[in-house]
Amino acid sequence: MDKKHNRVLTGTHFMLGNYAVVEGALAAGCDFFAGYPITPANEISERMAERMPEIGGKFLQGEDELCSIYALTGASLAGAKAMTATASAGFNYMQEGIGYAVASEIPLVIVDVQRCRGENFATQSDVMQMRWGASGDHELIVLAPSSVQESFDCTIRAFNLAERYRTPVVVMSETTIALMREKLVIPEPDAIEIVNRKKPDVPPEEFIPFRAEKNGIPPLPDFGEGYRILHSLNPHDERGGIAWDPDVFELLYDRITGKIRAHYDDIVQTEGFFLDDAHIVLIAYGSEARPCLDAVRDARQSGIKAGLLKLVTVWPVPEREIRAVAEQADIVLAVEMNIGKYAQEIERIACEYSRVTRVTKNRGLIHTTGEIYRAIEGAIK
Amino acid sequence: MRENPLRRYLRKGSLPHFFCPGCGAAQVLNYFVRAADSINLDFDKLVGIGGVGCAARIPVYLNAEALHGVHGRTLPWATGIKLHNPDLKVVIFAGDGDAVAIGGNHLIQAARRNLDVTMIVVNNLNFGMTGGQAAPTTPQKLTTTTTPYGNREKPFDICKLAITAGATFVSRWNTAKPMRSMKAIKKALQHKGFSLVEIVCQCPTYFGRKALHTGDAIKAMEWIQENSITAKEADKVHGEEALKHFVLGDFIEKIEPIFEGSSVYFQEGGECDG
Repeated sequence: MDKKHNRVLTGTHFMLGNYAVVEGALAAGCDFFAGYPITPANEISERMAERMPEIGGKFLQGEDELCSIYALTGASLAGAKAMTATASAGFNYMQEGIGYAVASEIPLVIVDVQRCRGENFATQSDVMQMRWGASGDHELIVLAPSSVQESFDCTIRAFNLAERYRTPVVVMSETTIALMREKLVIPEPDAIEIVNRKKPDVPPEEFIPFRAEKNGIPPLPDFGEGYRILHSLNPHDERGGIAWDPDVFELLYDRITGKIRAHYDDIVQTEGFFLDDAHIVLIAYGSEARPCLDAVRDARQSGIKAGLLKLVTVWPVPEREIRAVAEQADIVLAVEMNIGKYAQEIERIACEYSRVTRVTKNRGLIHTTGEIYRAIEGAIK
Repeated sequence: MRENPLRRYLRKGSLPHFFCPGCGAAQVLNYFVRAADSINLDFDKLVGIGGVGCAARIPVYLNAEALHGVHGRTLPWATGIKLHNPDLKVVIFAGDGDAVAIGGNHLIQAARRNLDVTMIVVNNLNFGMTGGQAAPTTPQKLTTTTTPYGNREKPFDICKLAITAGATFVSRWNTAKPMRSMKAIKKALQHKGFSLVEIVCQCPTYFGRKALHTGDAIKAMEWIQENSITAKEADKVHGEEALKHFVLGDFIEKIEPIFEGSSVYFQEGGECDG
């Protein structure tokens, strides 16, 4: 088999962010992709259309985003590792299917390459839509890559978390990251951790489909393996039966939100830079972490004790890590590329311990290092 | 007491069903299990899909894999399932709302692609579960809870729509024709490609009371049968008059390549892979 047909393209590449997402997905075992054209996510669909037949997977160009997201849920229940990619306006449509996948506990991965309203300028304006857009109570896992390498890494991790926790996971990309070319190192297949959903270890007649194991997650067989499970959006009991009972409803939603909350340590990932003695800490996610890190380095050169907490997991909120830096620092800067959305979360956690200042930019452009540096200077005056 | 042998096809503990007395959807459930039984359909490999609405509840009662609870998205679910595992038998139970209102575009696209699934459209001519609102299938001039002065819109001909879009097996029968309905479902299940069987059925609780001014299921069914004509008779009816009738028959049955994904290798000779 020539290298082109390999599932994992081990080696060093100079690659587009969107392509890195595709290669991450394939390395994680993705064998089903559905999408609907939308800029700036198209390179993901186009590369998937080429790569899926090569590795024996399926590619679907749906008639709309709803088709894409529901095709994912169907394919996933049939045993596939399924992914879609869209951009902000298309993500709106997918909310319906994300809500269904949460309630029915279906592993899948959604890539949202955020864009400004109808235009392909840089933004992080979907950060709240991702978390709160779907109807019904839910927790959602959202990972934010800040580079091409992290686009690859986060996509693998998204699949692993989706499989482990039987839940949809969002990779929160951005125009900036998606359409940038950078160095990407793809490891040997053996060096990549792969998680597969747990299947029942009892025969169908003994299996109770929505009875969770100790970790809060019920095993999931594939369609056609004889388990004959009813998957409904309606409140369902452990056997999958539709039950309009307040106790059943409460138990179900306590479990599907609890299984995410209980595994904070496994899900939440952050990265700290110069935090040990930092008096002023910047908190940023996605592409905005890049100018922040440069500005922090410049500040250190000038003798300012600045540090950066980069959030790789954006949802659930890394509350412990944010609290820890807030307890230590005098000033926290909440940096993001929108009108100031995630800042509300940072303020909620940090304002008890330190002064929180918002550093926002909402004009289709990423912050420059100079802008962030001046914000640091301004904050310590 | 001996148990009905067809009970083995129904999910344990799922009865009694939630259909109103006299509802046609329960009859369609009956037709389906009889048709499935007649061809020894393997229920381990069956996925029943329902969206939202009365007919959407049918697969909830089947002792098979089942998906339920989102309005209009039955065919996208089915597309994902069939592409990943073509060996599964996927049967969709859709009301007219699922099929041609909220899910209309999905129907057109699945028919165009010749997705290898069976779609049974239980057409009760209105939105029954939500209280008898007008649907894209409600005949003109009839009153519903949202057309108190009579429906002004032209109804969809679901079968014509499916045929035009590319479906390769299409039939329409009604609940007054149980044997023909069962036979059509049986043939649809045996068909390779997109098969659609529309069963026009009574909704005594809403369409009956609001549009026909009777809550009597038999009378509502008789009204459907009185307004049903054969394909041959339909050739003689035109214009406004044609819209008043339900044309019954097996309209189309042909074999064409089935959908296997949007990006597949072509074999030598230009034939589609698979």
